[in-house]
Order: sequence, then C-alpha cells, then structure tokens
Amino acid sequence: MNELVFFINNVVIAGSVTGSIYAIGAVGVTLIFSIMRFAHFAHGDMMTFGAFMVLLLASAFPGAGAAFGVPAALVLLPVAMALTALLAVGIDRAFYKPLRAHGVKPIVLVIGSLGVTLMLQGLIRLFSGTGGQSLYVDDRKEIFRLALPFEGVRVPVVITEPQLWLFGITLVTVVGLHLFLTRSRLGKAMRAMSDNPDLAQASGINTNTIVAVTWVIAGGLAAIAGTLLSLDVTFKPDLSFFLLLPIFAAAIVGGVGHPFGAVAGGFVVGFAETLAVFNWSVLLRPFRDSLPEWLTQAGNLAFVGTEYKIVVPFFILVVILVWRPTGIFKGKVI
Amino acid sequence: METRRTDIVATPSRLPLREILLFLALLAAVLGVYAAMGSAYSTRMLVEASCYAILALGLTIQWGYAGQFNAGVMGFVALGGFSAMFFSIPVNEAFWGSELPGELGLVLLAMLAAILVVLGATRLDRLGVPKRLRTVIAVVLGVVLYLVVINALRDVTDQIESQAGFIGGLGLPVGVGWIVGGALAGAVGFFIGRVCLGLRSDYLAIATLGIAEIIKAFLKNSDWLTRGTATVSPLPWPVPGPAEVGFTLARAMYLSVTAVMIAVIFFLLSRAYHAPWGRMIRAIRDNELSAAAMGKDINRRRLEIFVLGCILMGIGGAALGSFNSMFDPQGYLPLNHTFLVLVMVILGGPGNNLGTIFGAVAVYLIWIMSEPLALFVMELVVAFGEGTFGWEAPTNMDSRALQARVFVIGLLITLVLRFAPKGLLPEKVRHVA
Repeated sequence: MNELVFFINNVVIAGSVTGSIYAIGAVGVTLIFSIMRFAHFAHGDMMTFGAFMVLLLASAFPGAGAAFGVPAALVLLPVAMALTALLAVGIDRAFYKPLRAHGVKPIVLVIGSLGVTLMLQGLIRLFSGTGGQSLYVDDRKEIFRLALPFEGVRVPVVITEPQLWLFGITLVTVVGLHLFLTRSRLGKAMRAMSDNPDLAQASGINTNTIVAVTWVIAGGLAAIAGTLLSLDVTFKPDLSFFLLLPIFAAAIVGGVGHPFGAVAGGFVVGFAETLAVFNWSVLLRPFRDSLPEWLTQAGNLAFVGTEYKIVVPFFILVVILVWRPTGIFKGKVI
Repeated sequence: METRRTDIVATPSRLPLREILLFLALLAAVLGVYAAMGSAYSTRMLVEASCYAILALGLTIQWGYAGQFNAGVMGFVALGGFSAMFFSIPVNEAFWGSELPGELGLVLLAMLAAILVVLGATRLDRLGVPKRLRTVIAVVLGVVLYLVVINALRDVTDQIESQAGFIGGLGLPVGVGWIVGGALAGAVGFFIGRVCLGLRSDYLAIATLGIAEIIKAFLKNSDWLTRGTATVSPLPWPVPGPAEVGFTLARAMYLSVTAVMIAVIFFLLSRAYHAPWGRMIRAIRDNELSAAAMGKDINRRRLEIFVLGCILMGIGGAALGSFNSMFDPQGYLPLNHTFLVLVMVILGGPGNNLGTIFGAVAVYLIWIMSEPLALFVMELVVAFGEGTFGWEAPTNMDSRALQARVFVIGLLITLVLRFAPKGLLPEKVRHVA
C-alpha cells in the first residue's frame, strides 16, 4: 500500500497540479489563437508578470491575508489580474494592433510577440533580480498529511494548501469561462468572431471590443496561472520560458479554439509528464515474488529522466501534429 | 515570341548608394573599435561576428526566402558546436582501450534493430492484420523495446562515466566536424520540417523552440558524450592557435577561414536566388495558392529550404564552437543564439544576403559594446538615485544591468517589425507593372 500512496503523491497529485496550471495557461493561448490567429509567445511572461505583481503587492501589504484567513497572495490576486489584463491590452495597443493594421502575416505577429517576451523578461529581471523568491511573504505554507486508514500504511498522502486553492480556482475559472462563452452576449460574439471574423464584423459585432475583451480574459488567466504556479513552487523570472512548450502542446492537443479542449489538453500533457518521469518499478515491488527475475531486476522503469521532462510535451506535440493536426476535439485547421 | 520577359532581365544597374553608405559607416565603427579596444580584442569580435553572419544567412533563407520562422536557432548551433568538439578533440585511450566501445556499439545496434522492428510493426496491415490491432501492436512493441534499449544504454553510459570519464573525441581534422555538424543539423531540420511544414507556420516556430531546448538538455545531461557541465576544452583550430603565432595573427587567420566560407556561401546563395529554383521559392512565399496552381510541390520546396538553412546554422555553430575553444552546453542561450540572430536578420534585411551580413556585423558590434555601456548607464542611474532620493541599490546591480540588454533586444525586434519591416537593406524585388 505504501507504493500506492507513493503513486498518488507523485502522479495523481503532481499531475493534477501541473495539469491545472497548463490548462489555465492553454485556455488563454487558445483564446488568443482563435480570435487573433497567432501563437502568442509572450503568454508565459504575462504569467510571470502576474506573479510578480502579486509578489510586489504581497510585499507591500503583508497583512492583507490575515483579515480573511487566507494567504495574502490570494487576496491580492484580483488586483494583480486587473494589472495584468491592463498590461495585455496595453501591449496589444502598442505592438500588435499596428502590425495587424498593416495586414501582416500571422507569423510576423509571432515574431512581434517574441520581442514582447524579451521586453517583459528584461523588465521583470531588472526589477526582481534573477533569483527565486517565495510568494509567502508573511504567511506560512500549510501542508496537510492525510494518513490512509489501512493496515501497514506508513506514508501519508501529502497535499499543500496552495494545491487545494489551485484545484478550486481552476474549477471556478473553467466553469465561469464556460458560462461566459455560452450565456453572455459578449461571449457569443467572441465565439462568432473566432468562427468567422468577416461575418462577425458584418453582422454588427465590434471586433475591437472583442479583441480587447480577449486580452483582458487572457491577461487575467495568465495572472492566475502564474500566481498559482509561484505559490506552489517559488517565484522565478525565468519560470515561464519552460512553460511555453507544454502550454502550446496542450492548446494544440485540445484543438485550437476550444477552451474545453485546452483544459483537457492541459491535463493530458500534465499527466503525461508526471507518468513519464515516474519510476514504474516502484509499483512492481509488492509483486516481486510472483514476477520473473529480469523484470524485478530492472532498476529504473521511468520513461525519461526528470532532466528530460521537456521531451514529453514535444513528443505529444509531434504525435498530435502527425496523427491529427486538428487536435482531439477537432479544432480549426489554421 | 519576341517579348522580353521582364522578370528575368537584370535590375537596371544603379549606384548602390545606400549599401555603400551603410558599409562605410560599419567600417568606421569597426575601425573605431580597433582604435579603442586593441587589435586582439577587435579581431576576436570580428571572427565571432563572421560566425554569426553564417547563422544569419541560414536564418535569412528560411525567413526571408521562404517565410518560415525558426525559433530554435540555438539548438542547431549547439549541434554544430557539439560536432566540432566531438570530431576534433584527441582520442580518449581510457575509453577505446576497454571493452566499453563494443558494448556501446551493441546498444546502438540494438537501438537500430528496435527502430526497424517498430517500423515493421507499423506495416503489419499489409500482411492482413487489422489496422486497429496493428496500431496496438506497434505501440506496445515501441514502449517495451524503448524501455529495454534505454535501460541498456543507461547501464553502458554509467559505466563509461565511471571508468573512462567520457568517450572523448575522434582526433580528426576540424573541417570534418564542421561538415558533419551541418549534416546533423540538417537531419534534425528534416525531421522537424517533415512534421510541421505542411501545417500553419506558427507550429514550426513552436516545434523549433522545443527541439532547441531538447538538444540543449541532451547535450547538458549526457556526461558520457560531452562531459556535460564539466565542459570540454581546448578545442583545436583549423589554423595555428594563439599559442604558436600570437593572439592577433591566429585570430586573423581564423577570420580569413570564416570569411572565405561566407564568400562561398554568399556566392552559392545568390546563384540559387536568381536561379529558377529561387524564383519558385519566392513565388511560394508570396502566393502559395497560385504557386500550387502552377503545379509546384510546395511542401517539398519548403522542406528543401528549411533543411538548407539548418545546415548553414550547423556549420556556423561549429565554426563558433571551435573558435570559443570550449564546449559548454550551458553557454547556449536562447537570447544569444536565437534572438540575436533574429535581430540581425530582420534589421539587416530578410531575403537580402548583403543586408543580412551587414546586420550580423552591425548588431554583434552593438551587442558586444552594449555590455560596458549598460553597466555604465546603470551606475549613473544608481548614483543619481542615491544622491537624489536616497535609494539603497541592490548588490547584484551588475547582473541586473545586463538584463536591460534583453529588454533592448526585444524593443528592437518590435520596433523594426513596426517601422522598417523590410530591414535596412530591403530585398530587391522587381515588380512588373
């Protein structure tokens, strides 16, 4: 049973954590992809920016959390979301809109977003330094150890407070986004524009408003993802660069333009990563008496070492591009 | 048919005033650096700039000729650097004298056999096996064989690390490593291109970004092959090294080698650009649909040009790696080896080889000179802040000042795209009215 708990800790919980973060990131990417039709490379750094805003605010008001009994970072998250949304709209006005007005190919926008990536990275590092910092400025990270009520189980299931918040916030975000896209007038207009921008404009939808709303949502989601990730580990300025590939893989796996597909894709990529680095020989240990010797002698049955984790999203990306470029939920072929 | 085809006559010759002025300004700047920093330093800068020019030529044919955006130049540069290291450094007797090479060879053979078996399994449907069953068989076989081979490889590589350190080099002439580096980069480019080039161009950018990080992770963690973070040095040069003839002369000789390479590449590329093949490439870039309607095999042409660009990047990376005389996988950074090259290309003029070379030298000069400048500006700001507002400056100001350069590179990319999308020396396209 200890092995099972080990599995739960290292795969189920860890996979859900990374999956949730990838999912929130991929939703933002897929929304931008379907409305503006380009891969927004600066998304990772918008996440870092959101987390950095939370860090600044939490350092400025360390007591904000005590009033509500939650970490200060979470109380200040809405403010950081608003700031990141503002930044996203500002970036669009300053850098992407002029390019769009010139009627350039989408790939030029991709290069522009790489330029924005570098600018954000440079600014964040200039102000925060390059080291890591904890978002728990004045609070303590709660760690829950749940002992399972079975004979002979010595290892508890470990889950931390930010991970619980992460699951809750992911659920609320996804449901909220679903209601927004299907029930509200603005959300329907967004879907219309993603299906056919010309037709949407012809039927009286203000495309400029839709673009701005998309950036607000994407910025807010990026701030959530970045903050929750930094709460789970620590805040680092280069946190986001390695998130880009898994997030894009998740968006493409789910089918570009499908927010729910992106959520599913995020969990697929997150679980694939944790399953691939998990050492399967641990699970064989209880059966070592009844298995052939060569199988139990194999010391390490992990698919890839942790240092090669980045291979997993890439592999998934390649498989999906070869096998079904539209994604599992039949997204747009764009 | 007596009508002259206007698209194949040469552009009417004019005095290339813009080119002459820009290159004169560049020459003045280089001479200024020579005067200020001494000849050994400045020659080193020029050699590195010339290696970057080869990288930039690789990117300019991908982006400028064909409109493909490669966001992973770093990976191909690192492959080239690895190849230059592997082929040129001396043979490691501790490895070749033991029984380890045989074991490693066996594992590599087993890997090859496993790949063939899995490939064979994917063709089982030709023998009447149902397609669904074939897929299941192929996937299961693939997973099992992968685990077997990877475990065997892990054993052998662990033994190599403990007994011989690393497998050492082959002790061959430097040029062999450069050529093989180009071939390796081309092979990786072929694989990526096969997967992505039929799809939207964004996917290529995402995939190349990923493969670059994977190549770096592989080179960094494969201690048995590259010594990983322990780094390998010194790498031999194709010309007499600084120890024999002194820094300036040795570097000048290296510069002549890279200059000849650039000249050859430049000549071949201009021939290709003006050949029917080049016209076809540009036709595909400018209007894919009509090129397809003319019966051009779009994906094949795209693959050709992408692989060609990757080969150039591999060769340039090998030249750069040999010149640094040290192979350090951690020294390959997206900023220095991807985005800097990107700025060179879009600033110089995508699709214009002369402009690309100009951009490479100019941007590298600015990049090198910006380091002391950034530190100086930062000191000024800190002094001003302390004097006026009583700031307490953080201690790690130096490393932060260098981060400001990241911002400047990003700003440069966005500004050039916005205000000079064709670069300083635009590609000359003759339009027929």
